[in-house]
Amino acid sequence: MDLSLLLTDVPTLLFVIVAVPAVLGAYIVGGEFLVRRLPDRARGSVRPWIWVVPALVFVTAFLVAPAVGTVFTSFQSHEGGWIGLTNYQRQLTDFPTGGAWIAIRNNLYWLVLYTLFVLFFGLLLAVLFDRVPYESVVKSLIFMPMAISAVALGVIWKFMFWYQPADAPQTGTLNAIVVNVFHQAPKTWLTDVSVNNFALIAAAIWGITGFSMVILSAALKGIPADLLEAARVDGAGEITIFRRVIFPLMMPTVVVVGTTLVIFALKAFDIVYVMTAGNFGTDVLANRMYKLLYQADNPGGASAVAIILLIAVIPVLIFNLRQFRAVEARR
Amino acid sequence: MSSVSYDHVVKRYTSDLTVVKDFNVEIADKEFMVLVGPSGCGKSTALRMLAGLETITEGEIRIGDKVVNHLAAKDRDIAMVFQSYALYPHMSVYDNMAFPLQMKKMKKSEIDKRVKQASGILGLDNFLKRKPKALSGGQRQRVALGRAIVRNPKVFLLDEPLSNLDAKLRGQTRVELQKLHRDLETTFIYVTHDQVEAMTMGDRIAIMNAGILQQVGAPGEIYDHPANLFVAGFIGSPSMNLVPVTTQNGNAKAPGFDIKLPKPVSAEKGILGFRPEALTDRVADDGATLEMKVEVVERLGSDQFLYGTVGGEMVTARVDPRMKVAPGDQARLGLDLRGIHLFDAETEKALL
Ligand SMILES: Nc1ncnc2c1ncn2[C@@H]1O[C@H](COP(=O)(O)OP(=O)(O)OP(=O)(O)O)[C@@H](O)[C@H]1O
Ligand SMILES: [Mg+2]
Repeated sequence: MDLSLLLTDVPTLLFVIVAVPAVLGAYIVGGEFLVRRLPDRARGSVRPWIWVVPALVFVTAFLVAPAVGTVFTSFQSHEGGWIGLTNYQRQLTDFPTGGAWIAIRNNLYWLVLYTLFVLFFGLLLAVLFDRVPYESVVKSLIFMPMAISAVALGVIWKFMFWYQPADAPQTGTLNAIVVNVFHQAPKTWLTDVSVNNFALIAAAIWGITGFSMVILSAALKGIPADLLEAARVDGAGEITIFRRVIFPLMMPTVVVVGTTLVIFALKAFDIVYVMTAGNFGTDVLANRMYKLLYQADNPGGASAVAIILLIAVIPVLIFNLRQFRAVEARR
Repeated sequence: MSSVSYDHVVKRYTSDLTVVKDFNVEIADKEFMVLVGPSGCGKSTALRMLAGLETITEGEIRIGDKVVNHLAAKDRDIAMVFQSYALYPHMSVYDNMAFPLQMKKMKKSEIDKRVKQASGILGLDNFLKRKPKALSGGQRQRVALGRAIVRNPKVFLLDEPLSNLDAKLRGQTRVELQKLHRDLETTFIYVTHDQVEAMTMGDRIAIMNAGILQQVGAPGEIYDHPANLFVAGFIGSPSMNLVPVTTQNGNAKAPGFDIKLPKPVSAEKGILGFRPEALTDRVADDGATLEMKVEVVERLGSDQFLYGTVGGEMVTARVDPRMKVAPGDQARLGLDLRGIHLFDAETEKALL
């Protein structure tokens, strides 16, 4: 390997390997030195802050500050003048097809369908695979799509949904089945507005189900076997056992996976970008934000969409935190 | 309320791993049967086959006169108390006890009546709303019992239910379980590796070792007439003295003694067994005497145990607490010939 490249920017190199550790070290030693000077009582309450402050600084610098900046931008025109809520007004105009409404509707589709199906399939596969031989092999297979980048996944599914005119041989897997097995006309999966959103969501579900299955499966394995045996002796059938014992015990995990999926659904971007670029009524908020910023040169509009997205995520976050606390309290 | 019978039952996991071998027991209706044996001998497996949690490789298990080999656990109408208690952690104590009744689709009012009744018997009235996490080990154990008794099951299975309790609570619960058995008038099958529990609780005891049933009988009968060397050594605390002997002309000889057997036996090499309480400081005129080299003296107030050797073999004696003896002494002790056992050295079966 040619390491000379590293030497082309010696000041940066020095900064990274000498200055950063030195500053951190000095901070820790200095902080501890100051804490030791404090009266005994104050020490306990001050010391945690010494350790937390660096993290707070980084989060503020790279997350909070840009977010505040985005809020400002969303109230400004392209030239920088204050224009109040105009950017938001433009995004939320002409319900149900104008502004960002299509994207909002599609995000709702994603939110509901993606979350529910991924949870459902994940749970189903976790429970079923718990009972098959070679479980780990089968589970690895299902988990595999997680290793594919979202872009590659989009490309794969684009080929799966490929359309050829009715008289040409169908190279897309789905249309080949539609034509050869069901003897129907091929469908334009990605441009037909009645199905294309669901086609995209299906591809995304395929990609993420392994994640949900693995986590739910771990939760399932965490349930002591003798609880299930006790339920069996108590006269419960397998479905009742799932409903009354297994599922309630997995609930905290289901909620964590569920809220994570909700956030994924709200942030959906890559698959849409690769497969349809948000055309044919498949736009989502993240993609719209991207288009407004880089293609339409409309930072105010993009920022307004970003804030709308942020506002949509906040309730989920609060719920997640509450749930987390409730689970902790139940322990 | 039902009898249970194991008929040539075998449990095999793989062709060379058989954990229960040709198991035959008849357990009468309303009997308290204790299944006892050392750890890993297959007691739990035998019990779990009856509960329907383990398949039966060979043979038949009957509850009443119905063969249950292929009946699902949920349809066997059996209640089981697990060693870990296996309480449902997300349900309150009330719901834990109500669960089996809800499975029977019982009416709410009837469920309520039965749960209240059971919680009254077990002293759980104040804990009904709590989750199992917020209970002590003893209270959890009661909930596990409660969940079993609300059902009025045909058979009541308990797999080492006391092993997680401290010694005092274990003693108390032992008594309460016996009382419960009397009140419920149900067949109890109780698994334990503790021979004291077995001796004090069972109407009858079934002793297992390495997957094989050794002896079935009432506690006193097993104590007085162990069928083989394993049972002799397993039951009783401190355990029975076992000394290798050669037998000739109706006498048993070993380096330290030579005693007359109550009846002649055919085998030449045997193992003489006698419990510590048969070896005392009272020397009867017609009884045998042994010279014991005392090594340890243990005074328990009501009893005095001497540990030492007779002709090179380790032996324990139980003598009067007033007897003056110190480690290093040579003590002359009397052996009560009514309390001796002889086992064949080859087959380990009882000969007397
Ligand atoms: N699923 C299994 N596969 C193979 N062997 C098993 C299995 N379950 C139990 N065993 C073996 O069967 C034997 C009997 O087990 P069991 O649980 O019945 O013992 P136990 O008498 O109840 O012991 P303990 O007093 O320790 O509970 C053990 O040697 C155990 O290793
Ligand atoms: Mg066991």
